[in-house]
Amino acid sequence: MLPNKPIKETAMQSLSNRKKIIEQKPMNFWERMYLPAIAKGLGITIRHFFKKIPTVKYPEETRPYSKNFRGQHSLKRDEQGRERCTACGLCALSCPAEAITMTAAERKKGEEMLYREEKYASVYEINMLRCIFCGLCEEACPKEAIYLDGPHVTADYLRKDFIYGKDKLVEPTFDITKLIQDKTS
Amino acid sequence: MAEEGKFKVTIDGITVDVSPGTTILNAARQIGGDIVPPAMCYYSKLEGSGGKCRTCLVKVSKGSEKDPRPMPKLVASCRTTVMDGMEVQNITSPDVVEARKGVVEMLLINHPLDCPVCDQAGECKLQDLGYEHGADQTRYEFDRRTFERIDIGEQIQLHMNRCILCYRCVYVANQLTAGREHGVINRGDHSEISTFIENALENDFIGNVIDVCPVGALTDRTFRFKNRVWFTKPVDAHRDCPTCSGKVTLWYKGDEVLRVTARKDEFNEVEEFICNSCRFEKKKTADWLLEEPTLIEKDSVITANHYSVFTPPPVIKQNPKLQEANEEQLARTERLK
Repeated sequence: MLPNKPIKETAMQSLSNRKKIIEQKPMNFWERMYLPAIAKGLGITIRHFFKKIPTVKYPEETRPYSKNFRGQHSLKRDEQGRERCTACGLCALSCPAEAITMTAAERKKGEEMLYREEKYASVYEINMLRCIFCGLCEEACPKEAIYLDGPHVTADYLRKDFIYGKDKLVEPTFDITKLIQDKTS
Repeated sequence: MAEEGKFKVTIDGITVDVSPGTTILNAARQIGGDIVPPAMCYYSKLEGSGGKCRTCLVKVSKGSEKDPRPMPKLVASCRTTVMDGMEVQNITSPDVVEARKGVVEMLLINHPLDCPVCDQAGECKLQDLGYEHGADQTRYEFDRRTFERIDIGEQIQLHMNRCILCYRCVYVANQLTAGREHGVINRGDHSEISTFIENALENDFIGNVIDVCPVGALTDRTFRFKNRVWFTKPVDAHRDCPTCSGKVTLWYKGDEVLRVTARKDEFNEVEEFICNSCRFEKKKTADWLLEEPTLIEKDSVITANHYSVFTPPPVIKQNPKLQEANEEQLARTERLK
């Protein structure tokens, strides 16, 4: 065995040379008075009084949204005001959060102006607490019946109020001729 | 000669020994897997079926050991019997794939695109076939032929729009029931399945036309629009039935039996035909002895529910204490409103 030789200690070398060495000194008189620091801090605060306020007061005013923003679902109607949804269940099948349920019913004679196809959804419910707004239902829909084009889903007090039925989801009836006039005029 | 009295056939490079008189399709089914030609009209349990839809076309590249010339045209495998030393190409031949694509296009000419409404969607063979072999778009520019849907009796509904004229239901009525009351009338492009004066089909085994129909042309009226196939849970069950074997598949939604069908094998053919009272009248769990969840192919849409056990464990454990507390809290908030 070799005798214990003291290993020569080399200072650890910095590879990048970006290390800053901080010098710590005791505070001098001015610094101990804190007055310049207070003035400097107040200066920053006062400067902000004259800056533009970035706060958006949300429900009254909204920021511009992205075109592909996904908000609350709406069940669409066609140009004659009939509901497009045929309760095929593909939205519920594609939903990763299992938020959608529906019950199908058969269209009766005389309801042709209400529903587009011979089958329609008599009950259509989305649990907004489960929904993750991924838009897969929109993608799965073969009838272009569901779109996530609404606003944010609003807060509520009770869990049961987050299960949105057809009363909240189906878009209101509209007159297509008036819509086209509005756009052209 | 392979074995004594057996013919040796090679289908897509896989050799199998079959008895003489076997069709190419059945030889391929003995091998199984991807090389089985799809069949829309052939039904092994129905005598005389096959040869109509042409989806099972294959190429015979070597006729037999004695006459090795290939067959000049693609042949329908459900109707062509094997010869010793025959070599058949199915999915390995681009001709066959091309021809099958054309056949699917022809079948879809008059077939409506109403899968979102159709009750057969999810277990429809034409849907699978179109998905695997079909073109993305139709080239047909004319109106599809349309019919009013007909209720044939209390339990069966006929959507002639969706029919592909496979004749399976006609063979069922001929071979399983005493008197056939429906058939194909008119010719060529005008042919349609019909009961002559819309006679109700009243026979104890007539419900099997629903199972036999490869598309949604003949559907169960008691299941109409009840639920989509892939949201229901198939369970094998049996009962002592005086008229049939009583071996069925129950399609559950929750605790409710939505419909009863015969058990189907991997080629979508029923194992045993069941009678109408099993199919339409026994819709309570108490009527049946449950066996096990039906095995579903992995790539079928019905597996989307991952039903492999009888009663899947609940997502949230029942906690009566918590429920009570929640109810109390709900009552308090209701008062504040």
